[in-house]
Amino acid sequence: MNTFSISRLAPLLGVVLCAASLTLQAAPSFKQALEALRATGPEGAGQAQAEQAWRVVAQQKPDKLLAVLSAMNGAHDLALNWLRPAAESIADRAIASGSLPTAALERFSTDFKQHSRARRLAWELIARADMAKAQSMLPKYLGDPGADLRREAIAQVIQAGDQSIKNGQKPEAIAHYRRALTHAREADQLEDLAKKLKEQGETVALAAQFAWVKDWKVVGPFNNLGGVGYDTPFGPETQGLDLQAYEGAQGKVSWIPFAATDDYGTVDFNKPFTKLKGVAGYATSTLVSTKAQDVVIRLGSQNAWKVWLNGKLLFGRDEYHRGREIDQYQLPAKLKKGDNVLLIKACQNEQKEEWTQEWQFSLRVTTPAGEPIRFDTFQRAQLD
Amino acid sequence: MKTKSLFLIPALLAGGWLLPESLQAGDWKQFRGPYSSSVASDAAVEPHLNLSKVAWKTSLPGRGLGSPIVVGDRVLVTASSGPRQERLHVMCLRVSDGGKIWERQFWATGRTMCHEKTSVAAPSPVSDGERVFALFSSNDLFALDLDGNLLWVRGLGRDYPNASNSLGMSSSPVVSSGAVVVMIENDSESFSAGIDARTGKNLWKMDRPKLANWTSPTLFKTPQGRELVALQSGKGLIAVEPASGKIAWSYKEGSSTIPSSTAVDDTLLVPSFGLTALKTSPGGTEAEQLWRSSAMRPGTASPVAMGSRVYTLNDAGVLSCAQLSDGKRLWQLRLKGPFSATPVASGKHLFCVNEKGVLHVVDTTAAEGAIVSELELADVILSTPSIAHRSIFVRSDGALWRIGDKS
Repeated sequence: MNTFSISRLAPLLGVVLCAASLTLQAAPSFKQALEALRATGPEGAGQAQAEQAWRVVAQQKPDKLLAVLSAMNGAHDLALNWLRPAAESIADRAIASGSLPTAALERFSTDFKQHSRARRLAWELIARADMAKAQSMLPKYLGDPGADLRREAIAQVIQAGDQSIKNGQKPEAIAHYRRALTHAREADQLEDLAKKLKEQGETVALAAQFAWVKDWKVVGPFNNLGGVGYDTPFGPETQGLDLQAYEGAQGKVSWIPFAATDDYGTVDFNKPFTKLKGVAGYATSTLVSTKAQDVVIRLGSQNAWKVWLNGKLLFGRDEYHRGREIDQYQLPAKLKKGDNVLLIKACQNEQKEEWTQEWQFSLRVTTPAGEPIRFDTFQRAQLD
Repeated sequence: MKTKSLFLIPALLAGGWLLPESLQAGDWKQFRGPYSSSVASDAAVEPHLNLSKVAWKTSLPGRGLGSPIVVGDRVLVTASSGPRQERLHVMCLRVSDGGKIWERQFWATGRTMCHEKTSVAAPSPVSDGERVFALFSSNDLFALDLDGNLLWVRGLGRDYPNASNSLGMSSSPVVSSGAVVVMIENDSESFSAGIDARTGKNLWKMDRPKLANWTSPTLFKTPQGRELVALQSGKGLIAVEPASGKIAWSYKEGSSTIPSSTAVDDTLLVPSFGLTALKTSPGGTEAEQLWRSSAMRPGTASPVAMGSRVYTLNDAGVLSCAQLSDGKRLWQLRLKGPFSATPVASGKHLFCVNEKGVLHVVDTTAAEGAIVSELELADVILSTPSIAHRSIFVRSDGALWRIGDKS
């Protein structure tokens, strides 16, 4: 009987001891708590510490709000998702009590050394307390290096242009739209501005705004029946890019120059090779970088694809015909000073529907903050 | 004796035996409600709906298809906003008046591209009564307590970078046996996983067919009362133990990738060759096919079972009723389509909201089914409603309504 009782109580004792152990764990200091949130990692790493740390941070008084926002600087995106709601939790109470440190948040929002998202959050908190003030601050962000606040500033200039149109002030409207276009980076705003300016009889070089990589050489077709081509390393992957010819799906194939001249920088394999199915093709271009720099390679495609930079595979994705958009995939990369060789593999599957005919991609390169980089590009002499 | 009683309290709480009644009866804690049935267990909702029955309407900060869930006196709903829907919202509202109790915002760490008809807030949140787990199409998964305290964060698109669908993901997780079961199934890095509800770490993760899949896991019970989770895909369906991922049984004849299976005790109604009824064996280790009906093929909406009947709704708005025992179709009723949302049931009525925001109430006991009321909400509604507190909770991209009991 005693044994039975003890065995039944053992799990309960475990629960109680565990609870007591948790209670006895000293709460981290504010600084330690911020570090714990920044130290979270993949697959749930560091979450046990972060749970307790989050409560410590979220319960701080408004005078710690700037410190939480500052902790976003250099933090990875998972940590940002721990820090943001903690900051907002502090702000909720500050706004309710009228103690939001508005002036400090305004200074923080224009401190370009801070994380762009943290600065945007600072502006949003001001907007929650005083929308008119937040709106009046927007012109400061028109040249903001980060997209988060810059976008709002551009939207305000676009609105001014729209209002000028309503007022019958076409020259003023065009001036507003041109000013916004100078600063716009994001695809939807660029497209919107190009449309508005064209409606006013203006011309806009949209492709130049995006700064597509447009000078390419393409080679194909290679075999992709049954999807085997995605993981099959054909000649351009194994023999280098300097050969005059490779073994293709139906005999020898050679590089062909291709200029992506439309507004969306489309490298359309159907043009040189016709509408083939169950095939793969490659495209290469060489970017001349004036310096070693961190960049983001931005690619859109609804075919399976792989991207190599200077012979190193950056990423690949074997999804077909689920949609394409500008900047669909964003690949952080490092360019070296001088020549940087891009190699793209684009695979076409065997679906027959009309909406599965695309065999193409578009690609541009930006700074990590999203500013397009316009490179000198050239095709390797031995390929000409 | 007193000491022993004190020891028992935390264990009983952990088991949910002493939870407040408000957290147990009538909650709607996941997509399609208790055991993915779409059937409310509490008092019936008033069927004669009109605008005077709208208890409240609350604006939402972004888009979303995910159903609201109701836990006690709180409604939890997600939304996505921003130019690329990269801003993720989890909101907690009062059942009584729709007022906001708390809101948490996050940034998507995975891809947010999706078809314009869907949104990044397509999956419904799920709760175990103590916590809410909110998954988004970007494969970001957040756990919060009911007071909005953040418990853990997962970036599943960050951990598994090719796990995404350029048309959008929509599978809603379920929670059972301490595991949040997620289906991150797609053309590329396709997997399902059980994630520890307490810690956010993987309990298990299994590769799944490389096929786009928008279905949700279905929680059901074996005849012995053991909970299993059905994972459905174009290849068929597997029943797994939620805490271990161990496969209990498999069905390999293919099934839909849009409407999900529906549980009726130990039987699953699987959108496969129309509709196929699979009964789990007493030991929970195999399934027997009871019947198959090509006439009961569902559209986007998942099947619903009430009493001795099963109902399917096609995209155009044809509601079909069949006998649950053998799948024999009994009647069809034309509603005003098109439909994306799964009907929900209360009492003898089905509540079916179409994409134009018309909420049809159907008396299922009428000889051929009968529409007893229609409420025009004048908004695009693709989301499956929820039922609790004798009310329907339904959301559009911009608003959440409570309809029915105003008390």
